[in-house]
Amino acid sequence: MPVNEMLAQNSQHAYVAAVTIYVLSMFFYLAEAAFGRKAEKTAAEPAKALVTSGGATVTGTTVGPDPDAPVNTGTRGNRPLAERLGRMAVALTVLGAAVHLLSIVLRGLAVHRWPLGNMYEFMSFVCLVAVIAWLIMLQRFQIRRLGAFVLIPVFILMFLGGTVLYTQAEPVQPALQSYWLVIHVTVVSTACGVLLVPGVASVLYLIKGAHERNSAMFMRLGPKLPTQATLDRLAYRTTIFGFPLFTFGVICGAIWAESAWGRFWGWDPKETTAFIAWVVYAAYLHSRATAGWRGNRAAIINVLGFAVMIFNLFFINLVTTGLHSYAGVG
Amino acid sequence: MTATEAMVTEQEPPPPPQSGVRAVLAFLRNTWRGLTAMRTALVLLFLLALAALPGALLPQIALNEPKVAQYITDHGWWGRLLNKLQFFSVYGSVWFSAIYVLLFVSLVGCLLPRTVEYARQSFVQPVITPRNLSRLPHHLRAEFDSTADVDDVAVDVRKQLRGWRLRQDVEDSLAGSSINTAGQGATRVVSLSTERGFLRETGNLVFHFALLGLIVAFAVGKMFMYSGQVIVLANGSEFCNSGVLNYDSFTPGLRVDGTRLDPFCVKINDFQAGYLTNGQPDYYNSNIQYQSGEDLVTNTWQPYDLRENAPLRTAGDRVYLLGHGYAPQFTVTFPDGQVRTGLIQWKPDDTSTMLSEGATKFDPPDVTNTSVLVTKQIAITGLFAPSAAYQDGLLTSTYPGLRNPAVSLDIYQGDLGEDAGTGQSIFTIDQSMLANGRLKQVDKANLTPGQTTKLPDGTTVKFDNVQQWVSLQVSHDPTQVYVLVFALFMLGGLIVSLTVKRRRVWVRVSRTPADDDDQGGRTVVEIGGLARTDQAGYGEEFTRLSARLLDAARGRSPGQAATPTGGKDS
Repeated sequence: MPVNEMLAQNSQHAYVAAVTIYVLSMFFYLAEAAFGRKAEKTAAEPAKALVTSGGATVTGTTVGPDPDAPVNTGTRGNRPLAERLGRMAVALTVLGAAVHLLSIVLRGLAVHRWPLGNMYEFMSFVCLVAVIAWLIMLQRFQIRRLGAFVLIPVFILMFLGGTVLYTQAEPVQPALQSYWLVIHVTVVSTACGVLLVPGVASVLYLIKGAHERNSAMFMRLGPKLPTQATLDRLAYRTTIFGFPLFTFGVICGAIWAESAWGRFWGWDPKETTAFIAWVVYAAYLHSRATAGWRGNRAAIINVLGFAVMIFNLFFINLVTTGLHSYAGVG
Repeated sequence: MTATEAMVTEQEPPPPPQSGVRAVLAFLRNTWRGLTAMRTALVLLFLLALAALPGALLPQIALNEPKVAQYITDHGWWGRLLNKLQFFSVYGSVWFSAIYVLLFVSLVGCLLPRTVEYARQSFVQPVITPRNLSRLPHHLRAEFDSTADVDDVAVDVRKQLRGWRLRQDVEDSLAGSSINTAGQGATRVVSLSTERGFLRETGNLVFHFALLGLIVAFAVGKMFMYSGQVIVLANGSEFCNSGVLNYDSFTPGLRVDGTRLDPFCVKINDFQAGYLTNGQPDYYNSNIQYQSGEDLVTNTWQPYDLRENAPLRTAGDRVYLLGHGYAPQFTVTFPDGQVRTGLIQWKPDDTSTMLSEGATKFDPPDVTNTSVLVTKQIAITGLFAPSAAYQDGLLTSTYPGLRNPAVSLDIYQGDLGEDAGTGQSIFTIDQSMLANGRLKQVDKANLTPGQTTKLPDGTTVKFDNVQQWVSLQVSHDPTQVYVLVFALFMLGGLIVSLTVKRRRVWVRVSRTPADDDDQGGRTVVEIGGLARTDQAGYGEEFTRLSARLLDAARGRSPGQAATPTGGKDS
C-alpha cells in the first residue's frame, strides 16, 4: 500500500512540535530549580501523630517511601513562584507527550503498519516511553525537579532521531512483516524507555553522593537534588519494572528468530549486546543484595546497564552488520 | 589465604597426615565458599558480560567466516593473535566456557543451601512477637473502651489476616510491654505473629532453577542440533534430507555425524516475490510439497505455502525460506550438432535490483581424452539483470522483478581448471587459468531470452529463459521447546520475586486492669510492622492493614472508622 504523504507530513510536524514543547518544559523545570529553595531535607525521621476520637487514643509511627510522596504545597493562589513554574513544566511535559504520541500514531497510519520499522521510529517510541515512565513515577515520588534531567537525554535522542537518523516513511521488508514485530520490538523499546529513568536517577545518585562527600563538587546541582535514598528507590522501583519487561522482550525476540531465521539464538551482535545488558541488570539486582555493593556501586552498575542499552541501540544498528540491521540509515 | 595455608603445610618437614587432609579439606571448603559467595557470582557476571563483548564487536566464524579471514589478513599479527586466543569463536572459546562453568557451579552452590533453608522455613512458624513493638519501623497503638475478652478480640483480628502465616501466643509475663500492671497481677495478653510474602523466595528459586535448566537445555541442544543450507531450483526440483551431501553447507552439533538425519523430502514448485513500485520487496512465497513419515513410504505429497516467518515444520525439523535468486538457462549447440543445456543458480550481487552474476560451465560432449577436453570446455559468465537497462553499454538492473530480463556475457573456452583438485566456486571461473593463458575469452554478447551468439569455432550459445531458485535452511534442535519452557519459568519467577514483598505484622492485644471507678478497663491493641526485603511501598500497605485490624479489634466492620494514623500517607 502506498504511503499517505499528508499523514506522514503531519506526523513529522507533530514530532518537531513535541521536541519543542519538551525543550520549553525543560526550561520551566530549570526555572523552578532556579527560583526554588534547596530541596527540603525530606522527612527521614518518623512522623508521629496522636489522634483522639470517640474515647479511643491512637498513636502511630510509620516510615517508608512516604517521605517521597508528592505533597500538596499550599492552595491555589498562594503557591510560590517556583511551585507554579514546576506545575507548568509538568503540564507542558504531558502536552509534549500527547503531541509525541500523535506523531507516532500518524506515522503508523501513514505507512499502514506498526510504527516501529526503523531507527527513527524506534528512537521516537523509546523517548515517549521514557517520558511517560517518568510521569508515572512522578505520581509516587517527589522528583519533579528531576524533570529537566530526564528530558535532556530525551531531547538529545529525539534530536538525533529527527536529523541524523531520519528515515522517510515507507513499508518494511518481508522479514519484518510479522505480528512478532509488534510484540517483540514494542516490548523491547518500552523496556529501553523505562530503563532510561533509572539510568538518569543513578547518574544523579552518583552526583548527589559526590556532593555529599565533598560539598565543593556539584555545588549548584547537588543541593537541588532529592536525597540519595529517594534516588536509589526511584532507580530500583523503575528497574524492577523494566527488567522483567526486557526479559520478556528478549524471549519474544527468540521466538520470532526461531520462525524467521532458523534458530532462536545465534549470537548476532544485537542478541549478544542484549545478553550483556541483561547480565548487567541482573548484576544490579544482585548488587543491591550484597554487602559492600549497595549504594554507589549499584548505581554505577545501573548506569552501565543503560549505557549498554544505548550502545545496543546505536552502535549495533549503525556500525556492525548483523541480522538486526534494519536502521534504514545509509 | 588458602593458598598460603596449603604452602605452609607443604613446607613443614614432618607433616602429620591428619593436618594434610585437613588442609586439603580447608582449601576445598574455602574454595567452595569463595566460589558460592554472592560477591564472586557478581564478579563472574561481570566477567561474563565482558567476555561476551568481543563476540558483538569482532566478526565471528560461526556467523561469517570469510569476514573473519578478511579481518585476520587486514590486521596482520594482531589478527593472528586474536585468532589464536579464540576471539573469533568467542562462545566456544576456553575462557568463555570457563566463566560460565564457574558461574554455573557458583549458582548451584548458592541454590543448594537456599533450597534447604527454604524447605526448612516452609515448616517453621513465624517468629515470636517482639517485646517492644514501638521500636519497629511501623507501629501503631490504640486504646479504647470495651468489655470484650482479649481472646475474642484476637479472633476478630485474625479474621482480617487471612492468607498470612500466623502464630498465636498467650503471653503471661508483661515485662517490656507498655501496659501498667502494678498491683493487679498478670492480665491475659494475646499476641499474633504473622508473616506474608513467602512466595518471593519461591519465585526467586524458580527463576534460578529455570536458569539452570535453560543452560542445560541449551547445551544439550548444541550437542544434537544440525542445520544445513541448500539452493533448490523453483521448478519442481526436489530436496531430500537423507544425507549431508545433499546440502551446500552443513553444520552439525558435537554428537551429530550426519548419518541419521530425520528423513523428509520437499519439492519446490514455484516461487513468487512481490515488489513495491520502488523495488522494495513486499512478500516472498513458494508453493512446495513435502513428505515425511508414512508419506515417504506411500509417496504422498502434502502441500505447503512456504513464506518468510512461516517455516515448514515436519519430522522434527524446520525448513526455512531464506533467500531467492535467478538461474539463467543456456543451450549450447556444439559444432557437431550435439546440444547441452545448462541451468545453475547465479548469485544476486545487489539484492535491491537482483543484478546477479555467475558462471554456467559446460564440458564438450563425447570427449574422453583429457587433453582435448581441456581445450574445449566452455564457461558462460557475466551479469544477469531481471529488468535490464544499459548505462554506457554496461548492463544494470532497475528493478528486482522479471520485467525485461537480459544477460551480458563473457564466454570463455579452454581449460576451466576443474581437475586441479581444488574446490571451485560455482559462481566464478578460475582466474589463474585466465592468467596462464589456458582459458581464453572467445566471445562477448548481450542477449535477451531466445537470442543466440556464435563462438569462433561454430558453437552457438542460446539464452533460453530464466528460472528462479530458493535457498532453504533446514534446522534441527531437539531441545528448543525446553529452552522456551525454562525461559517462561524464569520470567514468571522473576516477576514474582521482584513484586512480592516479604513482610511481617505483629498484633498484641491486652487490657488495662479494671479500676475501682471503672467497671471493665480498656482494650489495648498494639500493631507493629516490618518489611523484610526492600522497604519500598510497605508503609502504605501497613497503614491500610493496621486500620483494618484496628477496626476489627473494636468490633466494627472495616472501613467504618476514619483511619487514624500518623505519617503523610493518610
